[in-house]
Amino acid sequence: MIIGDSKPLEEILEMIEGRDKVLVLGCRGCVTVCNVGGEKEVGILATALRIARKKAGQEPHIDEATLERQCDPEYIEELADTAENYDAIVSIACGVGPQFLSERYPTVRVFPGINTTFIGGALEHGVWAERCQSCGNCIVHHFGGLCPIARCSKSLMNGPCGGSAAGKCEISPEVDCVWHLIVEKMERMGRLEELERVWPVKNWLTSRDGGPRTRIREDLKQ
Amino acid sequence: MKAGSNLEKVLTAGHFAVTGELGPPRGNNAEEVRKKAEHLKGIVDSVNITDNQTAVVRMSSVAACKLLLEEGLEPNLQMVCRDRNRIALMSDLLGATALGIKNVLCLSGDHQRFGDHPEGKNVFDLDSMQLLATFKKMRDEKKFLNDKELDGAPEIFIGAAANPFADPFSFRVTRLAKKIAAGADFIQTQCIYNIPKFREYMKQVVDRGLHEKCYILAGVTPMKSVGMAKYMAKFVPGMDVPEEIVKRLAAAGKKNAAQEGIKICIETIQQVREIEGVAGVHVMAIEWEHRAREIIEGAGLLPRPVVD
Amino acid sequence: MRLQYPTNVRVIQLPCSGRVDILHLLRAFEDGADGVYVAGCLEGECHYLTGNLKARRKVNYVKKVLEALGIEPERVEMFNMSSSEGPRFAQIAREFTETIRELGPSPVTKAQAA
Repeated sequence: MIIGDSKPLEEILEMIEGRDKVLVLGCRGCVTVCNVGGEKEVGILATALRIARKKAGQEPHIDEATLERQCDPEYIEELADTAENYDAIVSIACGVGPQFLSERYPTVRVFPGINTTFIGGALEHGVWAERCQSCGNCIVHHFGGLCPIARCSKSLMNGPCGGSAAGKCEISPEVDCVWHLIVEKMERMGRLEELERVWPVKNWLTSRDGGPRTRIREDLKQ
Repeated sequence: MKAGSNLEKVLTAGHFAVTGELGPPRGNNAEEVRKKAEHLKGIVDSVNITDNQTAVVRMSSVAACKLLLEEGLEPNLQMVCRDRNRIALMSDLLGATALGIKNVLCLSGDHQRFGDHPEGKNVFDLDSMQLLATFKKMRDEKKFLNDKELDGAPEIFIGAAANPFADPFSFRVTRLAKKIAAGADFIQTQCIYNIPKFREYMKQVVDRGLHEKCYILAGVTPMKSVGMAKYMAKFVPGMDVPEEIVKRLAAAGKKNAAQEGIKICIETIQQVREIEGVAGVHVMAIEWEHRAREIIEGAGLLPRPVVD
Repeated sequence: MRLQYPTNVRVIQLPCSGRVDILHLLRAFEDGADGVYVAGCLEGECHYLTGNLKARRKVNYVKKVLEALGIEPERVEMFNMSSSEGPRFAQIAREFTETIRELGPSPVTKAQAA
């Protein structure tokens, strides 16, 4: 799923400074699953903003709402009657939310309340880690089910580099050296020989380097 | 002959080669390069010029190599994959060889988080293995990566780095084999302090016959102090500094630690020289270039052979 | 036990301190509470095993939010005690009330009053 981190309260307060009526808008998608932008978090953020306003002697005027998703126009449409009443909408969905809202309601100031960080999964409750770089050409099956592009700090396809020590990446003892894991995994699977191949250069056209991407399903288009 | 460089000639003739290293300055002061180069004249076969080492911005390696050429020394251009994409890497090679540079080392590069501009974007379009293959293609097939013909192909002696002390140890020799298959003509290892482990590594290298396909130069770096030894042991990833080394330096006391470090370095050179498969030594006396002569002379490696 | 404790302490009963939510604590401050504290079982004696540990983490989270809002983090607190320690319950009620009195009225209500 897409993982994000809450923006600091100070930053959000600065965004809504002087904007009277504010809507904090959550999303029941990825951000709910990673506990950063769901209905619960909308409540917490809205309450904190109201406390801040009351403390400053201002009228709170902070509303709360949560959409099914903020990445589908049909859900964004649900705000058609109310969006323009707000001086600011703080979206705590991933980066797609604020953009879709801004496009559909161009006269409303939309602000991102979270920083979208990576594509990943939960390692345990409350801990998420990056697993995918959306390079557009998945080859994890060649590396024992591990992704060197996303999990190697240098995206090496012929790793490990000389900085791999005790199974950790040179950038931090908290980061596993995925190439260490790949070598061990392939060895366990009896496939170490496959790593003797020199992987040729990667075609980055399919990744973000090739420009913003679109996906079209001709059979589904209206 | 692939490039006909001095290093290549010395190695091909069967001599035990000696390479040095020089880090470019943190500004555009060309005189700094010339001053350091002065210390290395006549004592090495060629000199590595580092490429924004440890992700700290320094004068470009290609430029510093050119300055070195003007001083009558032979440069080994180091190129990392961290800062440049394939277009720039191929372009820089063409420029470097047009200026007369003949030895090139293909390296991944330390992650920029270590450096002085950690907020920068990293590139890593290619990894060191793919860079080796690319340069080999340019030299031997006279083609760019996209198979288009070059208008003037580079003649280069291609090098790479190897770290016998990084993990997983069992995979290190396979990785060396891959680099050789990809195009490495010579290898320089990470600096050696743990000689038994290096011996073990070289045994596997020789067993696979890799020493016959590629010249392997053993890396050495003199320790200046106990502090340096402890720092390297603890904070530099992929470095193996045995406790005995630290103890020896400590026992020598503050005044004599540097001298002891030089002594250890000389002993290391003498020992690795005896190991089968080692074709030379790479002396990395970084920021200590003026002591390089003492080490190389002390190890009995002077005068350097002159090969036509 | 019918022990005396200050009348300004409003008790909200829960089956376990772990049931407390960050939102409950924040809403209390929004609605004008000068201080909020969670009373849970002694660590290691939670009837539901880890509820009181989770409650403490939530209290710590709220402390950070208060700090970011410029409100004294001491206004929210977690206390552990045995459910049989009536006198301790009363003592904490008195002590926390004293702490809050020293801090003064919540800056939220102060602003509203102004």
